[in-house]
Amino acid sequence: MLFDKPSPPNPADQGKIFGKPHPRIDGPKKVTGTAPYAYEYKLAEDNAVYGFLLGSSIAKGRIASIDASLAEKAPGVLLVLTHENAPKHKPENSRAAPQLQGPEIKQYEQAIAFVVAETFEEARAAARLIRVTYRTEDGAFVLADEKDKGKPTKTAPDTATGNFDKAFAEAEVKVDVTYTTPDQSQSMMEPHASMAVWEGGKLTVYTSHQVLHWAHAGIADTLGLDEDKVRVVSAYIGGGFGSKLEVYSDPILSSMAAIKLGRPVKTALTRPQIYNHTTHRPATIQHIQLGADRDGRLTAVGHRTWSGDQEGGEPETASEQTKLLYGGENRRVETRLTVLDLPKGGSMRAPGEAVGMLALECAMDELAEALGMDPVDLRIVNDVQYDPEKGPERPFSSRKFVECLKTGAETFGWSARKSKPGSVRDGDWLVGMGVASAFRKNIVQESGARVRLMPDGHLVIETQQTDIGTGSYTMLGMIGAEMLGLPLDAVDVRLGDTDFPKASGSGGSWGANSAGSGVYYACEALRKELARKAGFNAESVSFSDGRIISGGNAVALTDIVRTGAVEASDKAEFGDLTEKYAQASFGAHFAEVAVHAFTAEIRVRRMLSVCAAGRIFNPVTARSQCLGGMTMGIGAALMEECVVDPRYGYFVNHDLAEYQVPVHADIPDLDVIFLDELDDQSSPLRGKGVGELGICGVGASVANAVYNACGVRVRDYPVTLDKIIGRFDL
Amino acid sequence: MNSEDTASATPRMSVTLTVNGKDEHLTIDPRVTLLDALRDHLGLTGTKKGCDHGQCGACTVHVNGRRINSCLTLAVMHEGEDVTTIEGLGTPEHMHALQQAFVERDAFQCGYCTPGQICSAAAVIEEIEAGIPSHVTPDLGDVQFSDEEVRERMSGNLCRCAAYPNIIAAIRDVREGGKA
Repeated sequence: MLFDKPSPPNPADQGKIFGKPHPRIDGPKKVTGTAPYAYEYKLAEDNAVYGFLLGSSIAKGRIASIDASLAEKAPGVLLVLTHENAPKHKPENSRAAPQLQGPEIKQYEQAIAFVVAETFEEARAAARLIRVTYRTEDGAFVLADEKDKGKPTKTAPDTATGNFDKAFAEAEVKVDVTYTTPDQSQSMMEPHASMAVWEGGKLTVYTSHQVLHWAHAGIADTLGLDEDKVRVVSAYIGGGFGSKLEVYSDPILSSMAAIKLGRPVKTALTRPQIYNHTTHRPATIQHIQLGADRDGRLTAVGHRTWSGDQEGGEPETASEQTKLLYGGENRRVETRLTVLDLPKGGSMRAPGEAVGMLALECAMDELAEALGMDPVDLRIVNDVQYDPEKGPERPFSSRKFVECLKTGAETFGWSARKSKPGSVRDGDWLVGMGVASAFRKNIVQESGARVRLMPDGHLVIETQQTDIGTGSYTMLGMIGAEMLGLPLDAVDVRLGDTDFPKASGSGGSWGANSAGSGVYYACEALRKELARKAGFNAESVSFSDGRIISGGNAVALTDIVRTGAVEASDKAEFGDLTEKYAQASFGAHFAEVAVHAFTAEIRVRRMLSVCAAGRIFNPVTARSQCLGGMTMGIGAALMEECVVDPRYGYFVNHDLAEYQVPVHADIPDLDVIFLDELDDQSSPLRGKGVGELGICGVGASVANAVYNACGVRVRDYPVTLDKIIGRFDL
Repeated sequence: MNSEDTASATPRMSVTLTVNGKDEHLTIDPRVTLLDALRDHLGLTGTKKGCDHGQCGACTVHVNGRRINSCLTLAVMHEGEDVTTIEGLGTPEHMHALQQAFVERDAFQCGYCTPGQICSAAAVIEEIEAGIPSHVTPDLGDVQFSDEEVRERMSGNLCRCAAYPNIIAAIRDVREGGKA
C-alpha cells in the first residue's frame, strides 16, 4: 500500500496494546542465553568447521609474496585460501566486496588469507604460519593534512540561501569556531560472525546483519549465485549501530569455503580485527560561523565539514542538520570529502547528526555566551516551523522542539544554572550544567510483511525485519495484536530470514516506523479477508477479544480459520510526503557534570533527554533506545576515539580495553521524557525515528556542562582530562 | 590431506568438568578456553564471546562459586571443578529471579552481553553480602549494598546498548525482594 496522504484515523490508533508499555517478548530467550546468534546455530549434522581470517599488516600497497605451505600442512587444516587460489568473484557491488581477488592492499586488516580447520584453535594457529611479504606504498592517513584536497559530494550537496558572507560580516554578535571529532567505533558487543551451509546447490548464511535484503543481494551477487539459491538468516543480532549494514569478509569467505568443502563453515572476526577490518565513523573537522542580532536571532548560519574515506567512499554528513535545525535568512552549508587510506568509513548511530551536533550545539553555547543570553532561550528564539532553506511552503510535519526545551528546562531545574563558569563548587568538585538540542531526520523505507491467522487462533507475523536490540519483535507483535484484537501472547513474531517478505531492516532509525507500517498494511489485508469470510462489510468491522464484530454481530476468529489458516501479505511504500514536509524528530538534552578541581576527572552526575518523536510505539523499548543513545553520546563527549597511527595507517587502540566505551560506573541514572505527538505525515502509525535521536546533541550538552563547570572550552573531542587540567582556576 | 590424520596430530587432553550440575568428559586441544569448551564442545552457547580478551565480561560464568571471565582460562585447568553458566541459572519457562528482573526492567536490548551481566550480578550480590569491599566502599569493614557499589562491581561487564540504569534497577529489585 502506498502511503502518500496524511493518515486518517485507523485501527492502529485504538491504544489498547500498541503504544502501551510492554516488556520484550524475546526477553526470556535473551536472558536465559537461548536466543541463537549467528555463530551459534546448531545443525542437525554437527560437522561445522572453523574459519579464521588473516588480515593485512600494511594499509596500502601490494602483497609481494604469500606462502601458505606451512599452514596447509598444519594439523587439522582443511583449506587455505589466498588471492592465488581463491575462486574469482564478480567485481565490487554496492552491498558487498569480493575477497582475496588480487595482491592489492587497500586497508590495514584487509583479508589476505582464510584458513579453515577442524577446530578454531587449529585454524588460528595455522593462520600464524602464513608468510607474507609486502611492497608498501605511501598512504594518506591524516585528515587535517588532506582536507584541502576535499571535494563537494552528491550525498550532501552544498546549499546557500541569501548572502551569507555579507550577513556574517555585518552580524552584531558572532562566533567563528572550528571543532574536530575523531574516528569512532560502533563497538557492538557481538563480533561480526557468519556460518555458511552449502546443501543441495543452496547456500544458507547465518550472519549478523541489520538489513537482510542488502546482505542477500551482496552475498549472492559477489558469489555469482541467483538470489533464490541464497538464504540469509539474522534472527538475533548482538548490536550493530551501523557496523552491520555492510557485508564484510566473514560471510563471503565462509561461503566460499563451505561451497568448496561441502561442510558448514563458521567464522567470527576477533575483537582486535574488528576495529580495522570493518567500518568506523569517520573523523570530522567542522568550521561553524554563526551571526546573530542583539536579541539572539540568527542572521547568518554557516557550517562546513571535512571528512575522509577511501576512493569512491562517502562523507560524514555532519553539516546536514544545519540546513534544518535553526532559522536565519543567510545560510551556507557545505561538505567536503577527501581521500584517505584508513579503513573504510561507514555508518555509526546517527551518521551526520551525531557528530554534527557535537560541533553545532557547542557553537550555539558559545554564541549564547557572547550574547549574554540563556542557551535555552537562544534556541527557542531561533525555532522555525518550516525548512529554512525552502521557506514556509515546506513546513515540518511536526516539530515540538520548543516544548522539549521548555519541559526539559523545568524538569531539570535549569533555572539554578549559573551562567558564569566555575561558579558552583561541591567540595573538591566544580559543577556545571549544559544543554543541547536534539535533531535527527526521519527516514522511511519500503517494507513488507506476511501475516497468517492459524487454526488455533494465534497470529503469525513473518518479515525480514531485524531486531538489533531495538525492540522490533515486541513492537511488530503489538501492532499485530492491536489490529486483530488479540492479546500479545497470541502473536508469534518471526524475523530476520530472507524466506520472509523483504523489509526495511534496522538502520537510520527507520526500522520501527517502516517495518511496522508493512505489518500494519498486511494486517489490514488480513482483516479484509477475514471480514469477507465472515460475510461482513470490511469497511465497518472491528476486531476485539478474538472476535470480528460488525454492528450487533460478532464471529469468533477461530470459527473463521477452523478449516484452515488465512494469510495475507502487503508492503508499505512511501510517496513524496518526505519531500513535501520536512520530517525530523526533535528533543533537548540537559546534563549536569562535575569536574574534579585537582585531577580534572569529569563525571556526569545526571542527565535528562526530552524527546518528541511522533507516536512512541513501546515506551519501554523506546526509553531503552534513548538510554543507549545518551550513553553513547557521553562516550563521544568524554572518551571515544580511534587513534590513528600516521606512519602505518591503522587504528592503534583496536580492542575494548583501549577503545574506551562507557561502563556501569560512568553512567548515573538517566531520565527520558517523551512528549505526546502524532505525526500524520510520517506513516499510518504516526511515528518518527527515535533510536538515534537519543545520541544527537548529547555529547554537546556534556561538553557545554564541562565548560559551565570549569570554564575550559575544548573544541577537540573527546573532552578528556588532559585537555582541561591546569587550564581553570581552583 | 585426510582430516582424521590431521586431527590426530593435534595433542589432546582429557578433562572432566561439572557443568550446571552435570559431569562432562571432554578430550580436547589444551588450547581450548573454558569459553570455547562451553560454546563449541558442549553446545552451551548462552555464554557469549564478545572480545576473547577479558575486556568485556560477556563470557562471565561461575567456577566453584566465583565469577570469572571464561575466555581467560583454559578448560583443562578446571579438572573436577563446578561451572555454572547462564543455562544453569534458569530457563525461559523457569527463570532465575535476576533473569525475571532483567526482563521486567528491560535491562538489555540486543541481549548479547546479558548472560554475562546476569552471571556477574548474581555473584556481585553474594560478594557484597559476604562483606568483600570494592574500590568505592567507604568503610572497608562495613560493606553495604548501594547503587554505587553495584555499578563499580559490574563495570567489567560492558553493554554497548547501554542498559546500565536498567541493569542496576534489576539488581536492586532482586536484592530488595530477597530473591537472589
